[in-house]
Amino acid sequence: MASLVIAEHDNAALKDATHKTVTAAAQVSSPVHILVAGENCATVAEAAARIAGVENVLLADAPSYARQLAEPMEALLLSVAGQYDAILAPATTTGKNILPRVAARLDVGQISEILKVVSPDTFERPIYAGNAIETLQAPAGKKIITVRTTAFVAAAEGGSATIEKIAAASDAGNSKFAGEALSKSERPELTSAKVVISGGRGLGSAENFKLLDSIADKLHAAVGASRAAVDAGYVPNDYQVGQTGKAVAPDLYIAVGISGAIQHLAGMKDSRKIVAINKDEDAPIFQVADYGLVGDLFKIIPELDEELSKRGYK
Amino acid sequence: MKVLVPVKRVIDYNVKVRVKTDQSGVDLANVKMSMNPFDEIAVEEAVRLKEKGKATEVVIVSIGPQQASETIRTALAMGGDRGILVKTDQMVEPLAVAKILKAIVDAEQPGFVITGKQAIDDDANQVGQMLAALLGWPQGTFAHSLELADGSAKITREIDGGLQTVEVKLPAVMTTDLRLNDPRYASLPNIMKAKKKPIEEKSPADLGVDIAPRFKVLKISEPPKRSGGVKVSGVPELLDKLKADGVI
Ligand SMILES: Cc1cc2nc3c(=O)[nH]c(=O)nc-3n(C[C@H](O)[C@H](O)[C@H](O)COP(=O)(O)OP(=O)(O)OC[C@H]3O[C@@H](n4cnc5c(N)ncnc54)[C@H](O)[C@@H]3O)c2cc1C
Repeated sequence: MASLVIAEHDNAALKDATHKTVTAAAQVSSPVHILVAGENCATVAEAAARIAGVENVLLADAPSYARQLAEPMEALLLSVAGQYDAILAPATTTGKNILPRVAARLDVGQISEILKVVSPDTFERPIYAGNAIETLQAPAGKKIITVRTTAFVAAAEGGSATIEKIAAASDAGNSKFAGEALSKSERPELTSAKVVISGGRGLGSAENFKLLDSIADKLHAAVGASRAAVDAGYVPNDYQVGQTGKAVAPDLYIAVGISGAIQHLAGMKDSRKIVAINKDEDAPIFQVADYGLVGDLFKIIPELDEELSKRGYK
Repeated sequence: MKVLVPVKRVIDYNVKVRVKTDQSGVDLANVKMSMNPFDEIAVEEAVRLKEKGKATEVVIVSIGPQQASETIRTALAMGGDRGILVKTDQMVEPLAVAKILKAIVDAEQPGFVITGKQAIDDDANQVGQMLAALLGWPQGTFAHSLELADGSAKITREIDGGLQTVEVKLPAVMTTDLRLNDPRYASLPNIMKAKKKPIEEKSPADLGVDIAPRFKVLKISEPPKRSGGVKVSGVPELLDKLKADGVI
């Protein structure tokens, strides 16, 4: 049979989380199909069709999928599930919202946030905030899987899949979209940026947090945060990196005024290089940092900014 | 309206877990256990609904060994009215948990169920959504704030791009995120009072749910270790090193 990947998109652009999920899907069951559900999202379907290795793109274009709410998405996925032996979604807030509903209705367990496909029925996933890795084998039958996208490389471009329009499925209509407040940023996305600079409670205020902006600009970095910084209102919730926020694995992660609680480490310890800037030389963050700079961030950050300028980073 | 809150007994969030050398699991012997933090937020939200006169009764459910009744007691001390312990010493997978909860919902007929968004032990993030699907109810996951009206709920959700508000018809399931509220500490008098609140015991079999695991856990292993690196003397040295590594 085949596997089906739920596309991550905003009706205009296809997100790279989709490409990474395609890589995982190809290891579970080939060929790979992609479901693009949205409203006026034909360009997204075209982008999905260009992913190498994808055979078919299912396009469900209807107002009821504009926000990919879980209830209509459940009905839609159930209407096509019969043709697939695996359904995968990136472990984004959209994928996590939808997929367990589908699993429950199909009476199969879900495998959450896989890090690795060991074999088509055996997977590795993090438990206990990534302090342990579980290897589990699924029974015969359908596999319902969410994918930790930072653990898979993105499938390349260069495919030419067919696009097949599919009908909307009817659902009970007991949920509706009622507004959003999205963070606007010109910066790269946290989960796919090559460089991430994150601030913690040590920044002290929303005003101070902006100190990180100029460095982020120079390094084309995304800006993240610890839970404490989010709770204190320095930055919005979507900045949170960690066990219960976003998992990131950039080439370079710079932690500023972050102590390194296990819940934070869970979301960033797979980064290639980690830099920690903290005034407490015993802070646990130094145990995972490749390079530690002990000192007052309010001195170090302006210095870093200036030194980057000197070296030609703009 | 009755509100149902499932709570899970998990390893305390401050404990650094240790993987057993035979890779059969993590060491739980003599380890501090607590209520899953997201479930504390769920209990708090339910109790606040009762205090605001929007809920009439808060029923706490836990699935687990006898000691899970202590977790229920904690929730009762926070303001829950009564408890149900579905007793089992077995590991229960999220789908089976959702089925047990569905059986309880069928019997109790709550108008609203509040669960944590994930348990910090298996980090699965499934039960609330699965329960909603089995019941045919809508859901508001990863809740940041809640406005409950007659027959519907406006739930603002923490999503990857920011915040999103959905309006769902009741009955519904909501799962909590960190910013929904700050759970209270139970006061001593309330802890004493909670000792007298009833906890009913059931078994998965009483509810007609088969909890035999579907998945086979082949092993639990240590994640790749990261060794701490070096302390650098200052910003110039740091940038030299990062440049040499090719990451800036
Ligand atoms: C259920 C649950 C889920 C959680 N999920 C997450 C999660 O997903 N992500 C997450 O990050 N956390 C999470 N946490 C919270 C986590 O346990 C920590 O509380 C949090 O990560 C701490 O944030 P912090 O490091 O910014 O703050 P702190 O621990 O307070 O550390 C602040 C650091 O800043 C340093 N500092 C202060 N001033 C300066 C200065 N002037 N110069 C240099 N350094 C300075 C201090 O030395 C200290 O090390 C979770 C907790 C729970 C219970």
